[in-house]
Amino acid sequence: MDIERIDQIIDKHHSEAGSLIQILLEIQSENHWLPKEAIERVSEKLAVPITGIQHIATFYKAFSLVPKGRHEVHICMGTACHVRGAGRILDTVQDVIGIKPGDTDQDLKFSLETVNCLGCCALGPVMEINGKTHGKLSTAETANLLKAYE
Amino acid sequence: MTRLNTPQELETFRQAIIAKRDPAKACISICAGAGCLATGAGEIIAAFKQEIEKQGLTAEVDTKGTGCPGFCELGPVVVIYPQEICYLQVTSEDVPEIMAQTIKEKKIIDRLLYVDPATGEKASFESEIPFYKHQKRNIICNNIKIDSRSIDDYLAIDGYTALAEVLTRMSAEDVTAEIKKSNLRGRGGGGFHTGRKWEGSRNDPEKIKYVIVNADEGDPGAFMDRALLEGNPHSILEGLIIGGYAVGAHEGYIYVRQEYPLAVENITRAVKQAEAYGFLGKNILDSGFDFNVYVHQGAGAFVCGESTALMTALEGRVGEPRPKYIRSNIKGLWNKPTVLNNVETWANVPLIINKGADWFTQFGTEGSKGTKIFSLVGKITNTGLVEVPMGITLKDIIYNIGGGIPGGKKFKAVQTGGPSGGCIPEELLDLEVGFDELTKAGSMMGSGGMIVMDEDTCMVDVARYFIHFLTDESCGKCLPCREGLRQMDKILTNITAGKGKTGDLERLDQLAETLTEASLCALGQSAPNPFLSTLRYFRAEYEAHINEKKCPALSCKELISYYIDPEKCAACMICLKKCPVDAIDGGKKKIHIVNQEKCTNCGTCLDVCPLRFSAVKKISGTPVPAPIPEEKRILSKGQEQ
Repeated sequence: MDIERIDQIIDKHHSEAGSLIQILLEIQSENHWLPKEAIERVSEKLAVPITGIQHIATFYKAFSLVPKGRHEVHICMGTACHVRGAGRILDTVQDVIGIKPGDTDQDLKFSLETVNCLGCCALGPVMEINGKTHGKLSTAETANLLKAYE
Repeated sequence: MTRLNTPQELETFRQAIIAKRDPAKACISICAGAGCLATGAGEIIAAFKQEIEKQGLTAEVDTKGTGCPGFCELGPVVVIYPQEICYLQVTSEDVPEIMAQTIKEKKIIDRLLYVDPATGEKASFESEIPFYKHQKRNIICNNIKIDSRSIDDYLAIDGYTALAEVLTRMSAEDVTAEIKKSNLRGRGGGGFHTGRKWEGSRNDPEKIKYVIVNADEGDPGAFMDRALLEGNPHSILEGLIIGGYAVGAHEGYIYVRQEYPLAVENITRAVKQAEAYGFLGKNILDSGFDFNVYVHQGAGAFVCGESTALMTALEGRVGEPRPKYIRSNIKGLWNKPTVLNNVETWANVPLIINKGADWFTQFGTEGSKGTKIFSLVGKITNTGLVEVPMGITLKDIIYNIGGGIPGGKKFKAVQTGGPSGGCIPEELLDLEVGFDELTKAGSMMGSGGMIVMDEDTCMVDVARYFIHFLTDESCGKCLPCREGLRQMDKILTNITAGKGKTGDLERLDQLAETLTEASLCALGQSAPNPFLSTLRYFRAEYEAHINEKKCPALSCKELISYYIDPEKCAACMICLKKCPVDAIDGGKKKIHIVNQEKCTNCGTCLDVCPLRFSAVKKISGTPVPAPIPEEKRILSKGQEQ
């Protein structure tokens, strides 16, 4: 991510320290993770210590300090999905792509995350791949879906 | 867009919008809420637009992507006006037929109607479907009437009349008095009296004050706030502006979680539209009242739903709560008096102003007035959002509206109040729903999640699930919550994994007491509720796990084994082929056996075993029967499939 774009985002929020989270969210959403250069730039422009930004980046779930895979897989672990067998779906996904929630595989193909509710409880258990929702899943279907991604 | 400078200009403008609209004109409303979008509503809207254009009907037929009407189970939902015909589970392939039959020929398509599973009767209109019939839809009913992206649609259903009324005919004291009279209580979980909260802030001598919408809906399994934000954002905004006027605030914040991108988009657009029309900004409707609203996205932390943590997050810091020796309506955001209310509470405000506190108090019970939206999910036939008057029984919600438990299973419990709530067993189903009633039963109202559980749900696992959730979400500022939850999670995980020990329940009880007494904020104080309520009503299940290493619901993975009944197995090879770890031994005409050493308990074999055989079983608490001798495994002709 180039410094110019980061500056544009910071300027949009008038370089206010109170907008720190909003600035980081915009960088995260465009770049999919927060590179070191971005954190340093934000720290400099907002006059917030880097440790303060690290505190925020590790406290809130939306931020990632490492690059993400090409395909982002989210497994809903909301209560409705849980009672409908989300745990088994998660186990299957971990078996197929070989990583745990929060991790990205070595060839940057998949990133796996669990989320606490996607709000489509009628479709539970639910998995989201790159923003597309797949509902009413069985373990067999889950494995098949993942195999289609390159 | 022109700015509306006075209440008269607003009224003239509204009349012009209404006059331009022909109530007899055909309009196709398609639910564009998150649930229906996930099942293809986007493609359906596009298909209708394309079909209308192709047939040259753009002048005669309108289409509208609306907010969520609540019936997520049978989405995508399509309603055709002016007749109000309701079609369910529509696909884009149905579009040409709907255009030809219903729009052109005015005929109803039978196969897209709701069929009552009990009687087999069909229902052509929303009002005839039992799911809707037993509800009292004061708030959510507008979702399907408007395109949530259009402020004109909101104006056409009398939007912003409450604001005009307040600014022209009511003093700030009048507004607060009316809300107090309505006895409206906070819909976010606490149930605090809204009017009293407003009054506290109003009376504070500090000049700068704030009002906030708490749209950080974090309870898993609850999505009513999302439906309102997505479907009718202006109703929340109107409530907030009225609140700002009543309290004496000139700035409002909407704290909405970034996990709801459509809600963020719709509420941000609504703020821009309201600014353009002059409902926000300086001298609103010539009243001399100035008010601005900012949308702030939450970055994903459950604890930020707690009021003081949310305010810290708004200040751009890590969202940790602080002790409430002084309430936040006196010292809140940037240490100024701050009124924070939940989305649904704000959405009630314009209704109370328009229709009066007396109208509002006719619904509900003595202590809990009005209606409440619940998200009815889990093991229930009709998943969706239901709005009911307070005081309705749980049984009415689950059976009359929800249609009971699917698949002929037996009801076990209903979990209310999110992770801080509790599980209510069958014997208490006649309980009337209200703030105080639910608390007495060991649960709470919370924000309105209602998760139904059947006989296949393990209550120990449910407690473990919520405690684990809260362990993850604990901000770590205070020790009882941070360490106490970690220990509770460890013990409960052990119990569900068959490693429970005598004395575990007593240890859990002690930890629960410490958490309740000593935690800093409501997250920790109420965290033990899922454990305490399941222990209170389902103690036998805990004891079975600990003493017999048995999961009575056959749900805890480490306490069950999968077994193929040799009497029923037809050697069809389906499970054998699907097993991801090749743990099934057998072959054509050879009865299958699960190799327990290899089996990972994933359950695929049970899922895929054809219903007519139902040969795969779960076993818990007793050893798996020994495999039958090799020679008996060969099926003779006629036995195999």
